Amino acid sequence: MSDFDLTRSSEAARPMPQLARQGFEARALKSGLLTGLTWLAALLAAVPLISVMYLLLVKGGSRLFGADFAEVLTGLPPAGFELGGGIGPAIVGTLVMVGIASVLSIPIGILAAIYLGVLEPRSRLANTSRFLAKVLTGFPSIMAGVFVYAVLVIHWGYSAWAGGIALAVLMLRTVVLAAEEAIAQVPQRMKDAAYGMGCTRTQVIWKVVLPTGLPGILTGVLLAVAGAAGESAPLLFTALFSNYFISELSEPTASLSILIYNFSGMPFPNQIELAWTASLVLVLIVLMFNILARLIVQPKV
Amino acid sequence: MNAAAESTFVADPYAAVGEVVIDCQVNKIFYGDFLAVRDSLVPIEKHKITGFIGPSGCGKSTVLRSLNRMNDLIQVFRFEGSVMYHGQDVYGPKVDPVLVRRYIGMVFQQPNPFSMSIYDNVAFGLRLNRFKGDLDERVQKALQRAALWNEVKDKLKNSGLSLSGGQQQRLCIARAIATEPDVLLMDEPCSALDPIATRQVEELMLDLKKNYTLALVTHNMQQATRVADTTAFFSVDISHGGRTGYLVEMGPTAQIFEAPREQLTKDYISGQFS
Repeated sequence: MSDFDLTRSSEAARPMPQLARQGFEARALKSGLLTGLTWLAALLAAVPLISVMYLLLVKGGSRLFGADFAEVLTGLPPAGFELGGGIGPAIVGTLVMVGIASVLSIPIGILAAIYLGVLEPRSRLANTSRFLAKVLTGFPSIMAGVFVYAVLVIHWGYSAWAGGIALAVLMLRTVVLAAEEAIAQVPQRMKDAAYGMGCTRTQVIWKVVLPTGLPGILTGVLLAVAGAAGESAPLLFTALFSNYFISELSEPTASLSILIYNFSGMPFPNQIELAWTASLVLVLIVLMFNILARLIVQPKV
Repeated sequence: MNAAAESTFVADPYAAVGEVVIDCQVNKIFYGDFLAVRDSLVPIEKHKITGFIGPSGCGKSTVLRSLNRMNDLIQVFRFEGSVMYHGQDVYGPKVDPVLVRRYIGMVFQQPNPFSMSIYDNVAFGLRLNRFKGDLDERVQKALQRAALWNEVKDKLKNSGLSLSGGQQQRLCIARAIATEPDVLLMDEPCSALDPIATRQVEELMLDLKKNYTLALVTHNMQQATRVADTTAFFSVDISHGGRTGYLVEMGPTAQIFEAPREQLTKDYISGQFS
């Protein structure tokens, strides 16, 4: 009885609670160690981009931010032993082909995402299509080039069209999956509200689902555009290369990534320097789209 | 109308006394093979609040959502019976469910404003119907009727999602009444709200019934006694192995709560459910 006499338990019988931080206790040490490891891992994850940016700025920055930056951005690529010159055709070519790819893949991708996310999310066609889009995510990008080569280039030759279509094949998966994700995240209760007001299904999609999912859709689109801008493999077989500004969509077209590939293998210092500059420009373009994508998803207060 | 109304008197002579706006006769409601609701006659009277009460799974929400064909959005849903609205069967073969919902509006359990400005939320239905008049005036009127105007008049451009839960629900009510629907269906509109916001929404309902006809599903019996003129009590029938809801009795709220005719109602009312 007296063993369990709670009324008698006094402060003297119990030690004072010890609340001060115990720095060298085993679990505190383990916690500190693990925190340090994750910190280090996070730092390591940032290293590649920062070191690549640094290298590009050092090697390519002098030309891009130098006195002759206008010539670099607009000039024609130099021939061997020639000094000066620029990467103008490649910049224009990349933008044109990414433009073609965007015009083709964005509408198709968003419409497909509407089907997958709103209209028939559970149908057999939707499941198949979603699965194939996911498979396409792991699809080697050079295969898109080979595919377009076999289907188009063999008949009609190298062209900006072929390059754009190859890039579109690669963009489509990103657009579809990101847009479907964004559309699926529109809360059902918002859709119910719209139906409850007497919206048709089309009105629900246009007035509620797309506006609400727009930030997510745009993010996906911009990431796809950024990815396409940096692709080189699919362009090797489709757009080939050109030393001149594009005048027709049906002729071989320059692109930054192929220019880098070509020039970096040349024995001339001027070309190698331009390859570095082109790399910097390409990374800046990709970075710009990524930053835009980030800005769009930032919540409006 | 009268003929339709009379058919309800056969089943439940106390159910309705005034003019009936929606005369709902449920024979069977299925979700796939599952019989969710059977044999219920639920007349909704004009300019009154009809409360639907009953335990979970008794089909009260299902019946409410059947009135404006919201359940059509569920593919396996099947309705047998009729919902007579101004002499037309809402489930008639030529009826467009989209148009039904423009006359019979809906307020949901969770406040569900669109992610757009407060103004655009209220103007949504008006724009949908290509309203040609003074949009500002109609938005203001709807917000005033929903007792929200004073709180939001200086921030109409803010997102509807920036409001508190109670304000969001009143915004949804403003949005629903902006297009002047005939009937407003409310599916547990206060279950996500705190007592103060609940009180505001209840006062709003009492005010709205002067112009509209309301049908209200509630889990809160006190709420039914506070606002409903007529109360319909639903229960679950588990005798056949399934869980099928049906209307046990319906009548003036005071009678249902003070002198129910059915033992089931008496048990439910006297139990401390809420």
